[in-house]
Formats: sequence, structure tokens, C-alpha cells
Amino acid sequence: MSDMRVAVLITHVRPEEKLLFAAFAARGITPDVIADGDLNIDLTAGPEQLAPSRIPWQAYDLIFERSVSTSRGLYALAIFESWGLNVINRYVTAAVCADKLQTTLALTRAGVPQPTARVAFDTDRALDALADLSYPAVLKPVTGSWGRLLARVDNRTAAEAILEHRQTLGNYTHHVYYAQAFVDKPGRDIRAFVVGERTICAIYRHSQHWITNTARGGQATNCPVTPELDALCRTAANAVGGGILAIDVLEHPEHGLLVNEINHTMEFRNSSVPTGVDIAAEVVDYTLRTVESSGVVA
Amino acid sequence: MNTCSCPECAAELTLPDNAMEHEIIPCQDCGTELEIVSLSPARVELAPEIEEDWGE
Repeated sequence: MSDMRVAVLITHVRPEEKLLFAAFAARGITPDVIADGDLNIDLTAGPEQLAPSRIPWQAYDLIFERSVSTSRGLYALAIFESWGLNVINRYVTAAVCADKLQTTLALTRAGVPQPTARVAFDTDRALDALADLSYPAVLKPVTGSWGRLLARVDNRTAAEAILEHRQTLGNYTHHVYYAQAFVDKPGRDIRAFVVGERTICAIYRHSQHWITNTARGGQATNCPVTPELDALCRTAANAVGGGILAIDVLEHPEHGLLVNEINHTMEFRNSSVPTGVDIAAEVVDYTLRTVESSGVVA
Repeated sequence: MNTCSCPECAAELTLPDNAMEHEIIPCQDCGTELEIVSLSPARVELAPEIEEDWGE
């Protein structure tokens, strides 16, 4: 096993990456850490070219994409997969999860319960979409994370202001008006961690604010993985292509559990202690099983 | 002991034993977020601003 050659692609090293490196080390593997900012790739050549580590890309048994930069991570995955290299997560999974509209479509195709969502490309039609959802509703950028630029829209007056700001100040991606029905959460939501075919653990994220991301101050406690939650999360993970995923789930007072978003380079620094699950170890074991099952060890 | 100075406030920084290149750390004096760009010799720069596509 220790002969396995692993590269971890990063933008910078977060606490999660340090936990992952420690888990790899415990299994006799020292991954090469490759900063996405150091990449300089000949797109007309193949995996025989050298990585910034001065090793040919094709020598890696696995490239584990952990970039904070979504655009860099996506393009890197596209390149490595086009070369036939083993990557985690797969490009298709990352591309769907990186785009909230694409995630909604994938969940819809799979019949996964989720908040009603609409899209419009013109501000007047966006006002119609918000009215169709009824106020309050939530406007989200289709890309982005950590709860950034989410807007709870309580009425038409607020909607007009937000839409005008986005139309005037935003780039073209902010002119895609993706809106979700607001779910009146019980002061918390659920983040479940799916690794391969298992929901390994979950946390409640408590906050008095309607945005419960731990990046925005939400507090984590253990959430039991019930058979219902497990089935929902595994179905949602498969709907977006599977892999190592964090599933955000809302508890609707009438409709039960709804999948809100799915993250493909999940953060878990605050989640191992409350759940008692060594998430980094679970993730690393899955990556190694994936390489072994592929039968491709350079 | 691996030390360098904060580019924001010039305080002397002591890097943790398990520090890694590309790790983000706060200055122990002024709290500014810094990126470790080299371990030998120790060197840090101001951490990059969060970009719109950053996240998980």
C-alpha cells in the first residue's frame, strides 16, 4: 500500500487537508501536495508531462482534488480525467455540485425531495419567479459557498432592490436568478457526510440566523443517522455522481427532510469531535479502496 | 525554532512544528491571516483575499 503515489491538489492547506495528510501518513503514504496556483499544463500534450512536483502526472495512482478554488479544481479534474488518470471526486460530480441549478436538476431527475426552486434570466421574470414561490424566498448565486451572497427576500420591495443591485453590480453569473422556497428551519439544519455508499455521520448546525453554515458561525452537534436520513443522502449523492460529499439537509415542518445543497470538497474540521467519527480516516480509506478497485497502480 | 516576521505588523512569528507550505495561519500579534510560502527559510505573505469561487 505504501507504494501508492497520491497527489493532493490544493489552493491552500486548510485544517481538513492536515487531517487528511495525517490519515494518509498513518497508512504509510505521504502525498505530494500540489498547489493549483503552481499549475502550468500543456493542454495539447498528455500525462507524461511533469507536475510541479517534477514527477510525470501519469505516475500518480490518484489525484485527490481539494482545491478551495472551484474553477481551478474543476478544470484540473477535466484535464486529469481526459488523460485517463484516477481522480476524486470525478469531474461530473464536481461540476454538478459546483452549480446549484445543475444540482437541482440532478436531484429532480432522481426524485430527491428538495425545496422548490425556479430560475429566471431577466429581473422582471425573476420578480415573477419569487412571487410564484411566495415570500419569503431565497435568492442564491448559482455558484459560491460558505453562505456568501445568499439573500432571504421578504417582500417585493426587497426583491426589487436586490435584483437591481445584482443586475448592476454583478458579473454575468449573478444575472442567473436562482431562487428557492424559504424553509422555516427549527433553528438548525443537517449536514451529512457521504463517503462512497455510506452516510458515515451527520451534524446539526445550530444558529439563530437563518444561514446556518459553520463558516458563518453555526454550531455543530451530533445528528443521528437515521435510516431515513441515510437513504435520502445516499440517493442524493448518487444523483450527482457519487464520491465524497457533504449533503445539506433541511427539516421542513410539513414535508420532512429536503436536500438543500451538496458540496464536493467538503469541510469537516468541526464535525469529527461531535460525531465521534474519524472523517479523515474514512475519506482516506475510501480513496485507497477506489484506487485498488480501479486496478491502476502506476 | 522556525521564525519569521509578520509582513503586516513586523511581529516575530513562530511557525508551528507541523506547519506546511500553503497553510493559512493568523499572526499571533495582529491577527492578520498569513500564508506560509516557505518553511526553510520561514517566510509568510499576506493571505490572498477570498475569491468569489472559493468554497467547499
